[in-house]
Amino acid sequence: MSGSAVDTTPGMSAVGTPTVVTRALRKEFGARVAVDSLDLTIYRGEVFGLLGPNGSGKTTTIRLLCALMAPTSGSAEVVGLDVETQGERVRARIGYMSQRYGLYDDLTVAENLRFYSTVYGLHGEARTRRLAEHSCALGLDERRNQLAGTLSGGWKQRLALACATAHEPEMLFLDEPTAGVDPAARRDFWTSIYALASRGTTILVTTHYMDEAERCQRLAFLSRGHLIALGTPREITAHFGQASIEDVFIELQRQDEAQYGVAAGGSR
Amino acid sequence: MSLLTRIRVSRFWPMLWKEFIQMRRDRLTFGMMTVLPAVQLVLFGYAIQTDVRHLPTVVLDESRTADSRQLIAVIGNTGNFDIVGAVADREHLRREILGARAAAALVIPPDYARDLRAGRTAAAQMIVDAADPQASSAAMAGAQLAAGALSTQIVAERFGVAPPLEMRVRPWFNPAQRSAIFIVPGVIGVLLTITLTLITSTAIVRERERGTLEQLVVTPIGKTSLMLGKLAPFMLVGYVQMSVVMGLGKLIFHIPIEGSLPLLYLLALPFMFASLGVGLLISTIAKSQAQAMQLSFFFMLPNILLSGYIFPRVAMPEPAQWLGLGLPLTYFLKVLRGILLKGVTFGDVWQPTLSLIGLAALFLTISVRRFRKTIE
Repeated sequence: MSGSAVDTTPGMSAVGTPTVVTRALRKEFGARVAVDSLDLTIYRGEVFGLLGPNGSGKTTTIRLLCALMAPTSGSAEVVGLDVETQGERVRARIGYMSQRYGLYDDLTVAENLRFYSTVYGLHGEARTRRLAEHSCALGLDERRNQLAGTLSGGWKQRLALACATAHEPEMLFLDEPTAGVDPAARRDFWTSIYALASRGTTILVTTHYMDEAERCQRLAFLSRGHLIALGTPREITAHFGQASIEDVFIELQRQDEAQYGVAAGGSR
Repeated sequence: MSLLTRIRVSRFWPMLWKEFIQMRRDRLTFGMMTVLPAVQLVLFGYAIQTDVRHLPTVVLDESRTADSRQLIAVIGNTGNFDIVGAVADREHLRREILGARAAAALVIPPDYARDLRAGRTAAAQMIVDAADPQASSAAMAGAQLAAGALSTQIVAERFGVAPPLEMRVRPWFNPAQRSAIFIVPGVIGVLLTITLTLITSTAIVRERERGTLEQLVVTPIGKTSLMLGKLAPFMLVGYVQMSVVMGLGKLIFHIPIEGSLPLLYLLALPFMFASLGVGLLISTIAKSQAQAMQLSFFFMLPNILLSGYIFPRVAMPEPAQWLGLGLPLTYFLKVLRGILLKGVTFGDVWQPTLSLIGLAALFLTISVRRFRKTIE
């Protein structure tokens, strides 16, 4: 981006095959521009954080990359497929988990897993085998017959992650996945995320917890639909001359409000 | 991929599977689908009696002759009036009606028999509690008919001639004139409307409220499989309800099944599609399950009042009749009653069928478009 003060080339932790490539990606809702001239490359096995205040375009970016809506202009490739023309194939190879979890409260743990894995195209013998090892690895076996609605926040989160990854997606989108769970569960969750990434799954995560942002290998800051900073947490703190990502975030939000007024608008 | 494989691995099946599990586990929905048909059937089958019979009737017989007793017997035999007692005077009569111990009173004046014998017109009086016009009109008409028949008979006897005119009324399709025969087929239509609008719309809104719709949309399920998988289970439930109500209706109320059942099941399809269209539309407007329920009840009310389910459409003022033309139930009732009671074939009900197909196309086009927008 021409006006940006920050270097947008990938940091040293990110070399290899790109999983996400966007070029001049733009999305308008009527007169409002939600995402503008976004150029972003995310590499295989990377844990990539997308940060920004409400209304900065995070959710719209994720929805564009999940092929849920068509960009107004520009292009985006995810797992090597064009999101605009190959949406259904993109969705078959990605996973998505939001803070609402998307679990069926009146289905058991095993039924939720079975449902989502079948929707993702797993069948018969292969599904049985895959679900057995998957739920075992995540420790869900002991609760397999419990209704999802009766699980605690941490367990719900674990099940939601299991449902989103049973089909072994190449790319996983996490939209504020740890909102409202206790610190121990959050730590377990990040252990699982790093395990996935080490096996080659690319992770894109949005969060409001700055300690989580610092666990990402690279971060992108969005403001009013624009990419305003990109790099490793250390590069970003150094660039803005702040002590932590939290301080960077607060400083950017302050600048944002000074420039556009206080009302930041909704996230969608 | 062969067609069979494609059908087997279709993403529609997991939707169907989980929908049935959810239906079984959700007590309110399960109750609505099982208890409601039974309650509706018994309630409407027994309680709705638009034909009023057996009005408790007192008699003030001031004539006390064989002639007056003949008149009392004739009135009692109409079935509209149950003679519950005699009263001594007008004041006593008044008190019986005010106290609601009697709903009608037959008054025969002292000179009734004398006038009759003398060839003058003999007068008798029928007093009816007409506060409820629907309850009293049939009784009043019955009294007049009975008296007219008696009058003709007396004239014929007196002059030794045959009655000049006899009207032989034949009530087809429901010779015993029982309301249940008319109402129970309608219960099927009303139940299907409830299942396919109220239960379906709340089920869809529930998915949106809990965030599972958002989750489904990011899976490769596809909008068509998503919608089909969500709607098809309710059509199956609709068919089961329809069969149960017909079976119970035959068992309890001896509802005739004159026509072809396969034809009825086939023609129920466009009706179900039209109702699903309304249900889906409601789900795109309502922001919560409670709102979906309110909107569905708002839609049910005109269905019950204006479709011809209970009240005859021909008796309604024209604007009410026009409104009724926009309701799928109006047409489906014609199909239901035609096939069940009259044994009609497709040739007799193609017009309402065509209207149903038209309404289904209209409602589904609007709602599917709106629904697609909400999941984008």
